[in-house]
Amino acid sequence: MSEPAPRTLFEKIWDSHRVLDREDGQTLLYVDRHLVHDGSAPAFELLRQRGIAPRAPDRIFATPDHYVPTDTRDRAAITDDRHRGMVDALEANTAAAGIRMFGLRDANQGIVHVVGPETGLSQPGMLIVCGDSHTSTHGAMGALAFGIGSTEVAHVLGSQTLWQRRPKTLRIKVDGTLGLGVTAKDVILAIIAQIGAAGATGHVIEYAGSAIRGLSMEGRLTLCNMSIEAGGRAGMVAPDETTYAYLAGRPYAPSGHDWDRELARWQRLPSDPGAVFDREVSVDGDAIAPMVTWGNSPEDALPITAHLPDPAAEPDSERRAAMEDAFAYMGLTPGAALESVTVDRVFIGSCTNGRIEDLRAAAEVARGRRVAEGVVAWVVPGSAPVRKQAIEEGLDRIFVEAGFAWREAGCSMCLGTNGEIAAPGERVASTSNRNFRGRQGPGARTHLMSPAMAAAAAVTGHLADVRALMAEG
Amino acid sequence: MRAFTTLTGVAAPMPAANIDTDKIIPARFLKSISRAGFGKHLFANARFNEDGSENPDFVLNQEPYRKAEILIAYENFGCGSSREHAPWALLDFGIRCVIAPDFADIFNNNCFKNGVLPVRLPREVCEQLIEDAKLGGNARITVDLERQVVIRPNGEEHHFPVDALRKHLMLNGLDDIGQTLQHAAQIDDYEAKQKASQPWLVQA
Repeated sequence: MSEPAPRTLFEKIWDSHRVLDREDGQTLLYVDRHLVHDGSAPAFELLRQRGIAPRAPDRIFATPDHYVPTDTRDRAAITDDRHRGMVDALEANTAAAGIRMFGLRDANQGIVHVVGPETGLSQPGMLIVCGDSHTSTHGAMGALAFGIGSTEVAHVLGSQTLWQRRPKTLRIKVDGTLGLGVTAKDVILAIIAQIGAAGATGHVIEYAGSAIRGLSMEGRLTLCNMSIEAGGRAGMVAPDETTYAYLAGRPYAPSGHDWDRELARWQRLPSDPGAVFDREVSVDGDAIAPMVTWGNSPEDALPITAHLPDPAAEPDSERRAAMEDAFAYMGLTPGAALESVTVDRVFIGSCTNGRIEDLRAAAEVARGRRVAEGVVAWVVPGSAPVRKQAIEEGLDRIFVEAGFAWREAGCSMCLGTNGEIAAPGERVASTSNRNFRGRQGPGARTHLMSPAMAAAAAVTGHLADVRALMAEG
Repeated sequence: MRAFTTLTGVAAPMPAANIDTDKIIPARFLKSISRAGFGKHLFANARFNEDGSENPDFVLNQEPYRKAEILIAYENFGCGSSREHAPWALLDFGIRCVIAPDFADIFNNNCFKNGVLPVRLPREVCEQLIEDAKLGGNARITVDLERQVVIRPNGEEHHFPVDALRKHLMLNGLDDIGQTLQHAAQIDDYEAKQKASQPWLVQA
């Protein structure tokens, strides 16, 4: 008898969730956890039109995040009827179906991709979906997690399953030791700059290597969150002691005998030695510097010490035209030092960087300093528990004393669905995930970076190398 | 879902890569529980000026592209957010087919659920189609899903790939929820097995 073929982490989870395979190559997969947010109203509506009720309400969890205001928890204070309508619809839909919702005033409310791991709902080996592209975040727990559209949300609500064609696998190895001031955000921006915004299309990414092993759970969540920005179907990190230590004791994590049994299962999940990936990419962790983006694609990322490129020097005419377009939109001067670019607003938050370690890193830079004259800086915690913990640690006071606005949890300015946007022409140093044209408001100019780098931009008034501030102490 | 069989129409040239879903429909317009009426916000940031007037330089504001039924673009079309409003807005505007070298995964899936056909053709073919599209109303392009071909105005045909079942659903205007529920017994089996081996999973 031959040994079973070595399998990747992804393959093990895929295989264990197959309900059936179809002739055309599509597989029906069982969904362990379905997370829904306040953008899910059209999916519930579609299901209602079909006369189908949610099949497994005990596997579905909800929280409002996209449309909630972050200046108040008072729903009545939402001035746009249609924003309030989305939040109300989530409450009505989940109540009617018997789905647990962490509502606006619930102690566990927050951005769905912060809430899942934080409550222990997202666990190794699970198949997790949500109607949001940043569902890739949960892969950091050693799960297979990906975003789906509204019709697919309705399909999962109605059947607890989803048809998928098996994606390819891509292993990205980051070896080495990250330098001072270099975070998971810098690692993922460096990866996307290297492989491109479509570099992982059709693939599930497994991040590996010593620099990834060395990341905290929250760092891994940041990393996997932006897998979609490289086009990845999902991003994953094999579960290890860091994962188990993070998960133990969380409200929805197994406990006692169940924990022991699950732990034994989880420990069998990591990719087997000799498992084959469709593609492999290596990134030098030692060489990564704090990164910022300059253009309108996350692949337009450079070390903060760099100068802006010059479109005139670009030989490819289509690429040159795209660069010229981005320079015009972003109001930048070719060849200028990145550090010379001044900012109007700073946004610290989002499902990418709204966790407690992110706020600690930003507070460390803000402590004893002042937000630069004319700069509007916001801190928007990723969840109510993050906010509570930050207050217990005194971070809110550090931010407020430095001149930052300290707000309630939600998606906020990452995409502005709740109306919190920048004005046309305003330049934003943002810890979010997309620098697309108009993402943070019509005409708004977004530069992506880590929380510490965003705090550095806030206190200096320009894109700045946080390492210089760290050296000052 | 509206069936897609054959389409002959005006194609709008959008010769750019990475046309993201925030460009296709900005997030500020995503506040309806219904799926209708998003066409007026399609490409809103590029299509309209700050005062709400039309930007005459934008292709969909020019004749004959106001009536475009096909879009031709370059790599990674539909990257970014999972918002299904992107195909809803295209469809509501009247665009039934997007032709590009490749598509972002979630957008690609969302199109198939809504009768918008994403057609993958090699870059050099897309470049030719862009040139055809620039000729406007006299250069209509045909997309035949049954035969899986795109026909250029000069009669040249290009075959494109599509999954067999997805093609069947598109040709007949069916969605897959009904089909999936025919497998309810197998889903029940899977669920029962999982409940036996991980009973704590749904007790929390």
